[in-house]
Amino acid sequence: MLAFILSRLLQAIPVMLTVSLISFAMFAYVGDPVTIMLGQDYTEAQREALVRELGLDQPFFVQFVEFLENVLRGDFGLSYRLGRPVADLILERLPATLELALTAALLALLVGVPMGVYTGLYRDSWLSRLFLTVSLIGVSLPTFLIGILLILVFAVILGWLPSFGRGETVAIGWWTTGLLTWSGIKALILPAVTLGLYQMTLIMRLVRSEMLEVLRTDYIKFARARGLPDRIVHFGHALKNTLVPVITITGLQLGAIIAFAIVTETVFQWPGMGLLFIQAVANADIPIMAAYLILVALLFVVINLIVDLLYYAVDPRLRSGLAATSGR
Amino acid sequence: MRTRALAAAAALALAVPYTSAEARTLRWSAAGDPNTMDPHSQNLGTVTKILNQIYEPLILRTRDLGLEPGLATAWRQLEPTRWRFELRRGVKFHNGNDFTADDVVFSIERALAPTSNFGIFVDTVQSAVKVDDFTVDVVTKIPDPILPNKLASVYIMDREWSEANNVRQPQNTRAREETHTVRNTNGTGPFRLTIREPDVRTVMVRNDQWWGWNVPGNDSNITEIVYRPIASDATRVAALLSGEVDFVLDPPLQDLERLKRAPNISVLEGPEVRTLFFAMDVKRDELLYSNVKGRNPFKDLRVRQALYHAIDIEAIRTRVMRGQAIVTGTLFPPQVNGYTKEWDKRLPFDPARARALLAEAGFPQGFEVTLDCPNNRYINDEQICQAVAAMWTRVGVNTRLNAMPLAQFFPKIQREDTSIYLLGWGVPTLDALYSIQSLLATKDGRPGNGIWNYGNYSNPRMDALTETIKNESDPEKRNAAIAEAMRLYHEDVPHIPLHHQMIPWAMRANITIPHMANNQPYMRWARVN
Repeated sequence: MLAFILSRLLQAIPVMLTVSLISFAMFAYVGDPVTIMLGQDYTEAQREALVRELGLDQPFFVQFVEFLENVLRGDFGLSYRLGRPVADLILERLPATLELALTAALLALLVGVPMGVYTGLYRDSWLSRLFLTVSLIGVSLPTFLIGILLILVFAVILGWLPSFGRGETVAIGWWTTGLLTWSGIKALILPAVTLGLYQMTLIMRLVRSEMLEVLRTDYIKFARARGLPDRIVHFGHALKNTLVPVITITGLQLGAIIAFAIVTETVFQWPGMGLLFIQAVANADIPIMAAYLILVALLFVVINLIVDLLYYAVDPRLRSGLAATSGR
Repeated sequence: MRTRALAAAAALALAVPYTSAEARTLRWSAAGDPNTMDPHSQNLGTVTKILNQIYEPLILRTRDLGLEPGLATAWRQLEPTRWRFELRRGVKFHNGNDFTADDVVFSIERALAPTSNFGIFVDTVQSAVKVDDFTVDVVTKIPDPILPNKLASVYIMDREWSEANNVRQPQNTRAREETHTVRNTNGTGPFRLTIREPDVRTVMVRNDQWWGWNVPGNDSNITEIVYRPIASDATRVAALLSGEVDFVLDPPLQDLERLKRAPNISVLEGPEVRTLFFAMDVKRDELLYSNVKGRNPFKDLRVRQALYHAIDIEAIRTRVMRGQAIVTGTLFPPQVNGYTKEWDKRLPFDPARARALLAEAGFPQGFEVTLDCPNNRYINDEQICQAVAAMWTRVGVNTRLNAMPLAQFFPKIQREDTSIYLLGWGVPTLDALYSIQSLLATKDGRPGNGIWNYGNYSNPRMDALTETIKNESDPEKRNAAIAEAMRLYHEDVPHIPLHHQMIPWAMRANITIPHMANNQPYMRWARVN
């Protein structure tokens, strides 16, 4: 077990290095931060001085090695746009993004799994058809459009929920949370629904098709033949066996949720990392982009590891290390 | 019943801040957040729109962008290179420190520092000299008749506070630590910064000690300003419609009609001091991005005139800009000193004439060219370029459009890696010299000359006029030189002018904020009714 975790962590090192190299190489194409920093009026001498100050006149690999050295010391540098340490900025924005992403993921799971089970069990009921139709909308509408529609209905027309921002937040150490104030919770609803809707429909459809599959298998028939109540057959036997793919997808989708949060955060002016990243791109703020991409890569590596560990918990075949002797 | 009770309760909760005499909050939004609070680091509208509420220059702008006493009560030119400023007495900074001549000398020197972005406003300044505690002389390298106009953009900081917080120089980007001024201020202005959370909110409260509250006209009743940026256009409009914000500085054009129809929303429309034009490479012997080999069509006046005649400017004004543009034939709008109506006339839209001119110039079949254009800098910039590219193509100049974000666009034109490009030019000094010197003077290495002249237009007469405008202190002779330069501009067609931008502001109907052509709201005049 420990050896497994260690080997996965070792494998992560080349992944992280590659990501840093690729993202760093891309910065040559995002534009010139110097022009933006200098504004409308400057002389050529001022421009050259700034280029030198920022080290942008150095060869690519010199810049990259210097960057890596600093990162290893935990120093991501100063944001060009905001003039503040990148690490501070990311730590400030991280709670907002994580609260939003986890709420969205929870929403997707808590609503998506029961809906999937229901539509799997009662394939032809009108409610199932309704769920499936709604889920089609969830899958096919782009995130920003859903966000704008929700704002239009719940903020502009009904006036129930705020259209932007995070509401009042409470600081707990360096972590800020919006979950402890009424305005913070109200502000979280629309972005979380927007962000979670796609994942929710995905999970629902996945659970549904897995349920349909599993319900056809022999051991379910035997379970029914033994006279077990439906509740135990459906949730104890059937649902449990649909969970492996659901966990994989949900885990990987959590990474996607954090990445997709860029769009949702922009629509709702949610002060998270995605908004920070988008604004960094618009301003060619290289230190922030580099730190963000590395952080997202790290996040995916960690999520993958956790997903692998969850397999152990859910799938007894992996736990006992035995090869495919299926079922019980 | 229950929902109605809830709604009533909510309405009551919302209404409280307005009915109370103590707290009148103005909730303000725009797309961009200021990236610093340092008064001399970033000469950008997004920064100065906040700093203008907190800091003050020696000289303030009036509602029509004229000059009026600020921290200086009087100023005069003692000799051609020496201006004297009498300072206001009894003014205090927000931290309680007294305002004196030392602060003025310090601030002007700070604006002159290499990391300052406000150098253009002190470009002629040799030194600032304290005469006594409330008198300062500014000595210039050359006679500078428009120095007061420029100093109306230089904020005054507290020397003692700056030295205590190690911010003698504007923020340095290479520094490894955050500069104190990035999030902290100490001005003398009508509002005081209390909360600064970048990209989230900036809160300012009324400075009851401000000297200017006694001056007639400064009749703001606002006690608190909460600025929250909203980057997404649609969300910003929604927040205004739903009553979550009171004032949007930059409503998107496509939503203007809807906002005008909405009850409780008023839209103020007015011109901005910014002019859009196309500039061309008129120096190279062969264009970089064209199929014409061995010669540069833009060197031929007739080709430049042809492209000018080919533009249906009314279509751009009404369709692309939805009426939010003032068509022009000159380089700067009427608010700028030196403007003459006489030279603000366009070559008429005349495609037949355009084809004839092209044929005369030796291009009866036209030619190909690439137009470089930003897509996130000016109002509807990419759409303007699309429309114009089609118009040029129609008269035979096959135009490929290369639209890109400003982060790529500006470096490209600054490398002079372009054949023809769109530029929009604002005039913060409100004097024609700023435009003529930066855009039309030959890039001869003299400070400021031709620094944005990437098409390398060069005419010795224009250069001579530029020097006259720089040095002449008789306003009449100086304005005659500016008019002459604009006549030459009209004749030479170094640019193809388009329009001055209009800048609509949108606000709740109970708010009054005077519209300003520099796109800067001054909250000392704002009221919540």
